Amino acid sequence: MSKGDSIKEVLDKASKGDKAALGRLLTIIETSPKKASMVVSEILHEEGGAHVIGITGIPGSGKSTLISRLISHYKDRGLKIAVIAIDPTSPLSQGALLGDRIRMQEHATSPNVFIRSVPTRGVKGGLSFSGVTMIEVFDKLGYDKIIVESIGVGQTDIDIMNVAHTIVVVTTPGLGDDIQALKAGIMEIGDIYVLNKSDKPEANKTYAYLDFALDLGELGGVDKRGWRPRLLKTSAIMGEGIQELADSIKEHLEYIKASNKYMEKIQTRRMLMIKLLAEKIFLEKLEDLAEKGDKIRLEKNNSLYQACINLIKKVSRELERE
Amino acid sequence: MGGAADILELMKEIRGRRIKVLVAKLGLDGHDRGAKVVARALKDAGMEVIYTGIRQSPEQVVETAIQEDVDIIGVSILSGAHIPLMERLISLLKEKGIDDIPVFLGGTIPIPDIPKLEKIGVDKVFLPGTPLYDIIKYTVEAVKKKRSRRN
Repeated sequence: MSKGDSIKEVLDKASKGDKAALGRLLTIIETSPKKASMVVSEILHEEGGAHVIGITGIPGSGKSTLISRLISHYKDRGLKIAVIAIDPTSPLSQGALLGDRIRMQEHATSPNVFIRSVPTRGVKGGLSFSGVTMIEVFDKLGYDKIIVESIGVGQTDIDIMNVAHTIVVVTTPGLGDDIQALKAGIMEIGDIYVLNKSDKPEANKTYAYLDFALDLGELGGVDKRGWRPRLLKTSAIMGEGIQELADSIKEHLEYIKASNKYMEKIQTRRMLMIKLLAEKIFLEKLEDLAEKGDKIRLEKNNSLYQACINLIKKVSRELERE
Repeated sequence: MGGAADILELMKEIRGRRIKVLVAKLGLDGHDRGAKVVARALKDAGMEVIYTGIRQSPEQVVETAIQEDVDIIGVSILSGAHIPLMERLISLLKEKGIDDIPVFLGGTIPIPDIPKLEKIGVDKVFLPGTPLYDIIKYTVEAVKKKRSRRN
C-alpha cells in the first residue's frame, strides 16, 4: 500500500482483505486518539456479528497454546479468526516484549487468521483503548471469532469481562490450596473454567477443588447470571479437550444470544471504549502540560478536592483550545 | 560511546517515537540465546519487541511483520543458510510492497558474506561480540531514516 492513504482508503483496502492495510489501520488506532476516533466513526454505525472470546488466567497457564488450538479448530470450520494478544509494557523503560504469538506462529501465514500483539502501555485494567477499538475493527471486517488474550495478572485484569461475550478463565494443576485466594479476583468472572495441563499428576485433585467451589456457586454466581459456569479439563500441548472447550464456548454463545446479553455486551464494550479514550486523552494532556513545566500544586486556601476540580478544568480548557 | 549517559540519551529519543521491532529466528537452527538477548536489550531500551520464536520460515516472518506493522526486522541465523534465507525474505518483502522496512542480521556470519548480504538488501550485519549499545543505536537511526522516507 502507498503511504499517503487517507483513513477511508486504508479502511477500504483492509475490508477487501489487504492485511498490510489492516496492520497499518491498527497502528493508526494505537498512535493517534484523533485518528482513532475517525476510524471509529467510519465503522461504528453497524455491528458485524463477531463472537468476542476473552481468555484470561495466570501467567504460564497455557493461554497462548490453548488459543492456538482454538484457532486450528475454528479454521478447520472455515471461520475467520482475529487474535488480540495483550502483554505488559514495562513501567520502567516503556518497552515491551510481546511473546504470546510464539505459540501461534503456525497460523501466521493462514489467510483467515490475523494476530496482533498489543502492549498495555500503562493502562491499569489490563485493556487499553487500542485493544477495545481493535475489536470493533475486526468485527466490522467480518471476523467470526475475535479472541482477546489478556495479560493474566489476576485481580486487576477484569476489564476483559466488559468486552468479551464469553470469558474463559485458564488455570493449572498444582495451585490446589491457592484456589481459595484466587476466588476473589479473576476466579469470579469466568463463563467457562479450564483446567489446562491436565496431563499433570495433580490434575484430579485441583479439578475436585474447582468442582467443589463451582458447586457452591462460588466461582461465578450461578443465579446471578442464569448460566452455570462450566469446568473443563484440557491439555493444550497434547491437543486434548479442545473439542469440549469449543462446544462449551458455542453453548455459551447460544445462551447469550437467547437472553439478549449479546447486544448488552456490545453496549458495555462501547461504553468502556469511550471511558478508556477519555482517560487516555486526559492523561496525555496532563503529561504534556507537566513536560512544558506546568506544575501541579496545592494552593494554601484550596481543598484537595477543589485542586482536583481546577486541574480537570484546566486540562479541559487546553483540550478545547486544540 | 555506549556509556550510561549515552544510553539515557538514546532512551529519551526512543520514548517519544514508539519503535516496534520484530526479532525473528529464521531457518532451522534452535540457537536463540542471541536473539533473546537482543530482544531483551531493545525492550529495556524502551522499544516494543515482538519475538517470533525459533524455526520460522521467511513467509512466517513477512506475514508477522505485516500483521504487527513493525518498523524494523532483526533476524538471527546461526545455521549457515543465511544467504538463501535472506534472499527469500527480502524478495518476499518486495513482493508485498513493504521492502522499506529495514532488515538487520546477526549470528555466525562469515565476514566475506557481508558484501553479498548487503547486495541482497540486508541493511546491516552484526557479528558476534557486537555491543548491545551499537544495535540499539542502529535500530533508532534506521527507524528514523525509514520514517522520514515514508513521510
